[in-house]
Amino acid sequence: MNGAGKNEPDGTPTHDPGKAPTNDPSSASRRRRHVAFVALALGATVLPLAVLAMLLGGVTLDGLGRIGWDFLTSYPSRRAARAGILPGLVGSISLISLTAALAVPIGVGAAVYLEEYGKRTRIARIIELNIANLAGVPSVIYGLLGLGVFVRTLGMGRSLLAGACTLALLVLPIVIVASREALKNVPDSTREACLALGSTRWQAIRQVVLPMAFPEILTGVILAVSRAIGETAPLVVIGALAYVTFLPDGVLAPFTTLPIQIFDWVSRPQQSFAVNAAAGIVVLMGTLLALNGVAIGLRARLQRRKA
Amino acid sequence: MTMLVHEGQPTLLPRLSASRKRERVERTDGVAPKLRSRGLRAFFGKKEVLKGIDLPVAAREVTAVIGPSGCGKSTWIRCLNRMHELIADARLEGAVELDGRDVYARDVDPVLLRRRIGMVFQKPNPFPTMSIRDNVLAGLRLTGTLARVRPAEVVERALRQAALWDEVKDSLTQPGASLSGGQQQRLCIARTLAVDPEVILMDEPCSALDPIATARIEDLIHALSDRYTIVIVTHNMQQATRVSDSTAFFLMGELVEHAPTNQLFTSPKDRRTEEYITGRFG
Repeated sequence: MNGAGKNEPDGTPTHDPGKAPTNDPSSASRRRRHVAFVALALGATVLPLAVLAMLLGGVTLDGLGRIGWDFLTSYPSRRAARAGILPGLVGSISLISLTAALAVPIGVGAAVYLEEYGKRTRIARIIELNIANLAGVPSVIYGLLGLGVFVRTLGMGRSLLAGACTLALLVLPIVIVASREALKNVPDSTREACLALGSTRWQAIRQVVLPMAFPEILTGVILAVSRAIGETAPLVVIGALAYVTFLPDGVLAPFTTLPIQIFDWVSRPQQSFAVNAAAGIVVLMGTLLALNGVAIGLRARLQRRKA
Repeated sequence: MTMLVHEGQPTLLPRLSASRKRERVERTDGVAPKLRSRGLRAFFGKKEVLKGIDLPVAAREVTAVIGPSGCGKSTWIRCLNRMHELIADARLEGAVELDGRDVYARDVDPVLLRRRIGMVFQKPNPFPTMSIRDNVLAGLRLTGTLARVRPAEVVERALRQAALWDEVKDSLTQPGASLSGGQQQRLCIARTLAVDPEVILMDEPCSALDPIATARIEDLIHALSDRYTIVIVTHNMQQATRVSDSTAFFLMGELVEHAPTNQLFTSPKDRRTEEYITGRFG
């Protein structure tokens, strides 16, 4: 085994007493380069944040005045001042919950197979490569796939379920990759400890490995959900509605989502609808933050228990 | 452990309680060994790391395995509870008998076997998500046998056996990872004891610990050998002399010599053993 030799005494560290680091003549230029690099890194962090803040700030200024209880609880209307976002909000939340419910078990399951059971064969490598590639496929393509498979072939129609299945496919690669990384970070010594106690592989995975990996898996799920909630294109392709005056009453009901509602408002010529769109964006951001906040809170609680 | 030397046994290792150990080795002569490896060959891919090991392990004794890095001693110990086969492209020939039955026979479930042959690893590896109490119960919970026992009793018994009870009895709900390295290793021993094995394998259990923690584990090994058969792989020859009844010297995948510890270290039969224990190589 490789662990051999670890208890041998450390070699004595070599010390050169004549060379104090501050006497180095090149230290001034090295320091300058160091400062320049830190400034560059700081700029690279601040610049995108500043642009993002400007965008969000502008949108918030435009839309904040429009947001109120009425806006959140009203149905769309031809008159901008009376239009609300309720179907989009309910549609988005239902769609995302359903998407997560589909993508997380399948994604984690796939990750467990690939990481814990799968042998390092050629087929496994091909599957891995394809998963990585899938993460880069444009979402419209997923929309077309969803239209062909879920809406038509499986007869789900233009329903919440069809939308959730499509989005679940879209985010699966993210969930799988993140879950695999999380499982990789659980040390093998933990698995060996379980097996040496007489557990089966599945008992070890179910009771020790997955709980240890869970906070990190949750991070992947947050990323996936953040991506899915903003998706518009695949939902337009599978036929989500833009003007909905009712709430979905089941997974097979037609639906709309916040991004589609916003897109609809943005494409109208009247200035008052543009204000509605801005307000819709603020609601979308708020929903995303709330969902992620719940997940981050959950993760923090789990990690505290672990520490 | 006893530091006294009885009778005028001539020895280079005055700390060894020679007579007591000799007595125990002789007493078990002729008794069937608890474990025995027969012609055991182990491979990683094409590389043969064990070249036919024949070695009996006496019941309720401590058998130490020494040898330089890469000699196959850790591989051998991992063959005993079928952990070797978990590594990709690992392969094995020959037999390991537990109470005379081959553990590699078709009808032996390695999962059930590992409940009879427990293992303590080089690096203390308590489960980080679990409390001290849950760590002790982990084996029972993992295998779904927790309902058959009284948890509080099992926890106390195992922790007392592992000489850890007095230090942790007021903090059983604290995380296992909050303990010191030596305590963590004793927790791992308690975890192994809780599933009530017959044999305990220890793969360099002290190599990550300081001398004081090491001494405590060694005392513990000594105490446990009254009830359990123990195999310990160690890099540290002094440790082998302190804790074991018999010692096996491995070199390049072969068993060079196996003898009562006292005899192996005072009058080795093989020149290579002598060179190794006198520090001429390894």
